[in-house]
Amino acid sequence: MSGNIPQDLKYTKEHEWARITGKTVVVGVTAHAQEALGDVVYVELPKLGVQLVEGKQFGVIESTKAVSDLYAPISGTVVKVNDELTGNPSIINTDPYGAGWIVEVEPLDAEQVGKLLDAAAYEPLTK
Amino acid sequence: MTRRTPLNEAHRKLGARMVDFVGWDMPVQYSSVIAEHEAVRTAVGLFDVSHMGEIEFTGPGALETVNRLISNDLGRCQDGQAVYAGLLNDLGGFVDDVVAYRFSPERILICVNSSNREKDFAWMKARAEGVTPVDRGDDYAQIAVQGPKAVGLVQRLTKADLSGVGTYRFTEGEVAGVKAIISRTGYTGEDGFELYCATDDAVKLWDALLEAGQPDGVKACGLGARDSLRTEMKYALYGNDIDDSHTALEAGLGWIVKLDKAGGFIGKDALVAQKAAGVPRKLVGFELTGAGIPRHGYPILKDGVRVGEVTSGTQGPTVKKPIGMGYVPTNLATEGSTFDVEIRGRAVPAVVVKTPFLKKS
Repeated sequence: MSGNIPQDLKYTKEHEWARITGKTVVVGVTAHAQEALGDVVYVELPKLGVQLVEGKQFGVIESTKAVSDLYAPISGTVVKVNDELTGNPSIINTDPYGAGWIVEVEPLDAEQVGKLLDAAAYEPLTK
Repeated sequence: MTRRTPLNEAHRKLGARMVDFVGWDMPVQYSSVIAEHEAVRTAVGLFDVSHMGEIEFTGPGALETVNRLISNDLGRCQDGQAVYAGLLNDLGGFVDDVVAYRFSPERILICVNSSNREKDFAWMKARAEGVTPVDRGDDYAQIAVQGPKAVGLVQRLTKADLSGVGTYRFTEGEVAGVKAIISRTGYTGEDGFELYCATDDAVKLWDALLEAGQPDGVKACGLGARDSLRTEMKYALYGNDIDDSHTALEAGLGWIVKLDKAGGFIGKDALVAQKAAGVPRKLVGFELTGAGIPRHGYPILKDGVRVGEVTSGTQGPTVKKPIGMGYVPTNLATEGSTFDVEIRGRAVPAVVVKTPFLKKS
């Protein structure tokens, strides 16, 4: 599982991923992150319209044993949140890059995404 | 220095995630805490609990010596019976919570928490009148076999008749060719056994149980599942829900305190006095009615004022609710009482519920 690092995504050293989809950026946590967390049982999501600040906490993810902060890969406005996570947080474990996405952000500065880690630079951080 | 149980290598082979637990290198999970939890509720799970300590009293007067140290009464037991008990300090708080096994009036074995092993031994040694305790913790390994299919599994591996071994009873016999104490006890709320064997035999016993349990869907289970299982039963964890500053009565463990026991016990006077004066706070079980998960150390608030603290909490995998325990003033301890749990600055409403959280059908 830890080896699953899609080439087309960008990454942070806190194990979030970012995917550019037109004008917005979808954010989630990596396969390595969910593996390390264990069974995810609760996700505290930001509200729509909240301004995220790069590197700052924007939510919380809890597994059976641990509480972890979610950090914003980029600055921007939350335009969508994955409400499915409220009733079914375990989709972060089963599909971290797909159904387990967390928020969709309209970036303040589109170029910020380019400065995130690529798959090759992120991979060593999962060892 | 990190201590290892004899099963350390076996855990690593099974792909366990190992963590430091009070100085022991222990498996927290093998695959998934929730899957392991469910295996114990619906089938059978194996736990390596070899880190637990064992302290033995042998010789004439062993029963009387131990009975003065523990809050429960081994004098009312038969040989082959065990009791859950407190080792209490002079204020009625817990030095530890233990299970004491009566082999005979001249041989008592006490199973203690790993975190308290050295403290307990020193405490017992200083207070034992008569028989001197011996620390047997390095001699014994312990494997808990828990779940609705646990009894059948262990029975298939032993000639001992387990049908006569009721709850909190034990017998001695060979399991899978390994000499063991077979104790009908546990920390999960499910039926099953805790098997004590010689340290050198642990791997043989573990492997035999894992193999023989395949048709039952046996799973090796880590400390993560052990914690969520015991929390759903409101079983206390030393250091979280009970400690030296909360009395046995405050912890709701009056049933393991035998104030009328012949010869008395350490801590009795404080408990008699507290019983007469009234218990100022109580350990309650609660459910969150708002969103979140209660965790150890979170403040409990009433009308914005801090009145207590969460001692244990989790998202209960079987009860499927955020549940917790904590000490609150007695006037908030009755079923249906409401208060808030402060989670990251938010006051999340909670209600006191009947425990155990898990309702058996």
